[in-house]
Amino acid sequence: MTDPRRPGLGHACMAVLRRDLTLAWRQRGDMALPVLYALIVTSLFPFALGPEDALLRRIAGGAVLVTVLLAMLLALDAMFRSDIEDGSLEQLMLAPQPLAAMMGMKILAHWIATAVPLILVAPLLAGMLHLPAIVMPVLLLALLFATPLLSLFGGVLVALTAGTRRSGMLLALMLLPLCVPVVIFAAGALAAAQEGLPWIAPIAWLGAALALAVVLAPLACAAALRIALDS
Amino acid sequence: MAKWIPLWLHKLSSPPVFYGFAGKLRPWAIALALILGAIGLYGGLVLAPPDYQQGDDYRIIFIHVPCAWMSLFIYAVMGVAAFIALVWRIKLAEIVAMASAPIGAAFTFITLVTGSLWGERMWGTWWTWDARLTSELVLLFLYLGVIGLYHSFEDRRQGARTAAFLALIGIINVPIVHFSVNWWNTLHQGSTIRLLGPSTMASSMIWPLLTMMAATKFYYIASLFGRTRADLLSLESGKDWVREIAEKEVRG
Amino acid sequence: MPGMTDASPAKPLLQARALTFHRQDEPVFGPLDFCLDAGELTLIEGDNGSGKTTLMRILTGLLRPEEGELYWRGEPLTWDRCSGEVVFLGHQLGLKADLTPHENLRFAIGLHGHREHSHIDEALAHVGLSGYENEPVRKLSAGQKKRVALARLLLIPAALWLLDEPYANLDRTGIELVNGLLEAHIAHGGAALVTSHGAVQFHGGEPHRIRLHD
Repeated sequence: MTDPRRPGLGHACMAVLRRDLTLAWRQRGDMALPVLYALIVTSLFPFALGPEDALLRRIAGGAVLVTVLLAMLLALDAMFRSDIEDGSLEQLMLAPQPLAAMMGMKILAHWIATAVPLILVAPLLAGMLHLPAIVMPVLLLALLFATPLLSLFGGVLVALTAGTRRSGMLLALMLLPLCVPVVIFAAGALAAAQEGLPWIAPIAWLGAALALAVVLAPLACAAALRIALDS
Repeated sequence: MAKWIPLWLHKLSSPPVFYGFAGKLRPWAIALALILGAIGLYGGLVLAPPDYQQGDDYRIIFIHVPCAWMSLFIYAVMGVAAFIALVWRIKLAEIVAMASAPIGAAFTFITLVTGSLWGERMWGTWWTWDARLTSELVLLFLYLGVIGLYHSFEDRRQGARTAAFLALIGIINVPIVHFSVNWWNTLHQGSTIRLLGPSTMASSMIWPLLTMMAATKFYYIASLFGRTRADLLSLESGKDWVREIAEKEVRG
Repeated sequence: MPGMTDASPAKPLLQARALTFHRQDEPVFGPLDFCLDAGELTLIEGDNGSGKTTLMRILTGLLRPEEGELYWRGEPLTWDRCSGEVVFLGHQLGLKADLTPHENLRFAIGLHGHREHSHIDEALAHVGLSGYENEPVRKLSAGQKKRVALARLLLIPAALWLLDEPYANLDRTGIELVNGLLEAHIAHGGAALVTSHGAVQFHGGEPHRIRLHD
């Protein structure tokens, strides 16, 4: 039974995406915080390890990767928090639309609002640590595959904590096992590129994982949300 | 309720029946765990000959290996219970899954500590980023995540179902982590020392090991039943059968 | 009988049989039996803590009842069965504080669809908010926020309205507004379930009443 007055899936997806991006833009101060955090953490590395070029060059890729990951973790808790508090999530769950698609759009909006600025600033972070210029494209590529994976995993976990009060530390604990493989493959690609070895295999693994996660994570997110809000 | 579940299993999932059943079996499980544990330890620490390479140091495997085995076994039990809890919404399965988590975390922790002690003697370092050790560490984090999520909910049943979902995610994750850490190790050419040599152990070493494995399993059953009984009482505290037990306790 | 597929038109829109809910084995309400037909208004009355909001959340399908059955047009109710035919107005209004009333309503329409011959500006004027269309919701008073949420009822097509405490935070004209909305909805063949902890004056005939927790 298709109701002509009921909006199509694409229309509803666009509505969610547009609303979340508008909200992110209205609170762009919050959007800048993870970027600022990443800058601060990266600038601490030379102080802690000494300004030796060779050493910094060796750790640059991994350090940027972990910094971006931590910065994303910082923003993760807020993914659905305000929606739960003001009741928008209930309205979303009652809408005549597949919840998984709606959650997928929310995760996409969150990725655009938090990860894209971080990816944009990543060359600067890498430059601060003297990452060789040849490795830069690989770093960006690795981030382009790794950050959506983290957003998708994070979306599922944030949905699980939807029924609880503040959950920052718990979220980190739950995310760690999930992000270990992501970090390993992303860093593996960087290490290979830095040594002049072929780096496409780990990136391909990340791409395969991303393709799977794009399909499965929104479904898991919707299921987790229904469990966590007890339905 | 699904029709194919045998009737006795269905009956057993009712809280008062399981409470009684677990209460009857628990003393036996404790006794078996203690006896087998004593025999296994005596066989392993006293009777088994020292290893020609490692001397007496290897004897820690009589604790380390059974615990490592249990850490995975309990996660599997927890995963099955979590699946049942989510699909059929059986209260007992929720309780079993959540009661298993701390026991599994304890076994994982013991595995890490004994592995670290052994590593110090064998490789001269407390910690190495070996694939198995790293996977075990990730397993500990998974357990802690499940426990933490469970306790962050005010409604315990809601917490149990949510944590059960996380446990299921973890089941998919464990092999991925193991695979990726293996890949990472070959990439970095680190210490690729195998924890166990090829399985050419003398039978005098094998039987204590197997006995210890049985002992840990009975300990798990005893501990699980104890925790489950306590949780059943507190979750069902308003029900008649709990009231009857309480009254019997007061009278007796 | 859930398996019955009799296509008689007498099937009630929403029917509850022996509906019971426990929270950690403490009974909240029930067993509850009621029936709601198109063109009917039912008031759910009860004191604080009597489970009105819980009942509402069960009827939306967000919560699962412990025992008892719910039927939507004669079939067991699940959250996807009735979606698109139910609008829920709860304590949390589901409005984004950083968006304007106009943006909030446009988002609601994007998800739920558009009632025929309705217009956002007209709906906002109807609830007495003309002139506030482009003000962020966070700058509105509690009563005005409630009115924005009420405007959603005018815009979204739905057979059943579930209104949890719709009179809260409203002044006298606001209460009249809710009553007017309900009367028009009932007159057009819609149905509504309304919770309230106080006595409600309703002009359009005597509504059915369900009392929780006597």
